[in-house]
Amino acid sequence: MSVLEKPAAPAAAAPPQPPKRWKRHEVIAGYGFLTPWLIGFFGLTAVPMLASLYLSFTRYNLFGAPEWIGLDNYLLLFEDPQFRQAAKVTLMYAVIGTPLKLAAALAIAMLLNSKRRGQGFYRSVFYAPSLIGASVSIAIVWRALFIDDGIVDRIGSGVGLDWGGWIGNPSLVMPMFVLLTTWQFGAPMVIFLAGLKQVPNELYEAAAVDGAGRWRKFVSITLPMLSPVIFFNLLLEAIHSFQIFSSAFIISNGTGAPAGSSLFYTLYLYLRGFQDFRMGYASAMAWVLVLVVGALTFVMFKTSNAWVHYGGDER
Amino acid sequence: MISKKTLGSIAWHLGALAIAVVVLYPGAWMLLSAFKPTNQIVGSVSLIPHDASFDNFRTALNGIAGVSFWRFFLNSVILAVGAVVGTVLSASVTAYAFARIDFPGRKLWFALMIGTLLLPFHVVIIPQYIIFNNLGLVDTMVPLLIGKFLAAEAFFVFLMVQFMRGLPRELDEAAFLDGAGHVRIFRSITLPLMKPVLATASIFAFIWSWNDFFGPLLYLKNSDLYPLPVALRLFVDQTSTSDYGAQMAMAVLALAPVIIFFLVFQRYLIGGVATTGLKG
Repeated sequence: MSVLEKPAAPAAAAPPQPPKRWKRHEVIAGYGFLTPWLIGFFGLTAVPMLASLYLSFTRYNLFGAPEWIGLDNYLLLFEDPQFRQAAKVTLMYAVIGTPLKLAAALAIAMLLNSKRRGQGFYRSVFYAPSLIGASVSIAIVWRALFIDDGIVDRIGSGVGLDWGGWIGNPSLVMPMFVLLTTWQFGAPMVIFLAGLKQVPNELYEAAAVDGAGRWRKFVSITLPMLSPVIFFNLLLEAIHSFQIFSSAFIISNGTGAPAGSSLFYTLYLYLRGFQDFRMGYASAMAWVLVLVVGALTFVMFKTSNAWVHYGGDER
Repeated sequence: MISKKTLGSIAWHLGALAIAVVVLYPGAWMLLSAFKPTNQIVGSVSLIPHDASFDNFRTALNGIAGVSFWRFFLNSVILAVGAVVGTVLSASVTAYAFARIDFPGRKLWFALMIGTLLLPFHVVIIPQYIIFNNLGLVDTMVPLLIGKFLAAEAFFVFLMVQFMRGLPRELDEAAFLDGAGHVRIFRSITLPLMKPVLATASIFAFIWSWNDFFGPLLYLKNSDLYPLPVALRLFVDQTSTSDYGAQMAMAVLALAPVIIFFLVFQRYLIGGVATTGLKG
């Protein structure tokens, strides 16, 4: 039930066959129905992608013509301390935030995966932050919660922790954003819940007969059976975490302050591209991100054979 | 004596309730702070307002920079309704092609469509901006809406393809034998059967458009055209850190339609997330 299976099992999973004669009206109808998407694909995705690749080798400020400068943008990137800061902040966010969020999602999905009353209610409540978490409203609330003398500060003082406002403290800004993303555990939780329902109960019963405890069942049954869903969530959430923008923009007022601790990749790209109008430079940043995401996807798919368990009837 | 089963049940409910309190706290705090005087907001863990009043809402509804709140609200509605209409029309047609029509290149296009799910949007925004700028469309809503009418959001196409694959084909085949073409079959058979997935897609399209900040920030310069998130940002900028009460009131007003949608349609939303395996 996920994207991952799609390449393997699209509707026409026919065995190899001799070159087929397409029916004329099917071809016409097919491309007729596909026309809006094709226009969008070429006009809004494919052509812009090529254009941004070209721009990444130029200096361009929206006025005048792009000036070819070869690899200069890419070389400049790696000498730019702010770029390095943005890459570091975003990577840290992805590496810490994604596993935490997924761990919370899995743990709570397992808690909810029982036939108790109220299960549906809790599922809805836990899902709600996923819908509003990236909104400007919530960013404003978060800022107010974590400001100096704000609630989180007060709670900290209450238990003897003198951490002050997290907003102004470069070393506490990252935990604040990680909490914001972890708070949105609901969407992966719903996906995990759907996955957990697919695990045959007989497996647990058989394991119980063999005397397996809870932890053993979790490691030997739940995790392997759920691994395609975990894989899928990990990939999507990691890629998603590279795109954080609104909350960083609102909380730092569009600056990435303090000390660049909230200068996320997308925010920095926005500042370079749309405030300084260094569009060639920003395009190079975009392509570095594409390469990173591409490499991450590739590595995850390559290593997935080792740890992702596909049930017998799939693949 | 309390049985072990009852104890387990109590523990389960306490655990779930504790998580629910943590999850709901920020939202509840926002809502109730909107009724408090500003000096009682920051640092007040207690949710209950002492001197509850609508003053903050009055300030928020006054609008910003000579533009009324309802203008921003209307802009948000225009963008969101446009997104819903465009998405429902374009994604359903595209999904029909992928799920029901047999034509050369279908697998390739489908793979490319799935690929765009993983593509970071950063790589297209700069050329898109340049194109729309050259067409004189910056500072209009066109750049924010056109993609919706061209099925640019692969999530929706994928959602509908998944749904269509679960629909029985017998009706299509019968209609085909009666001489109906794809346009007929799509309009009179498939579309009516797709109501649940169209509902799910509409709700997501509405909420995502409603919450979108990056697009309007990029393309809209004239505050008359601002939807709520950008207006909210302007508001926060202008009141600086002083008037938390009004900020919270406006944050609440900006989120209210999303919350209402969620309360009414949560079944569709959660169903959509669970069946596609894509996040909300």
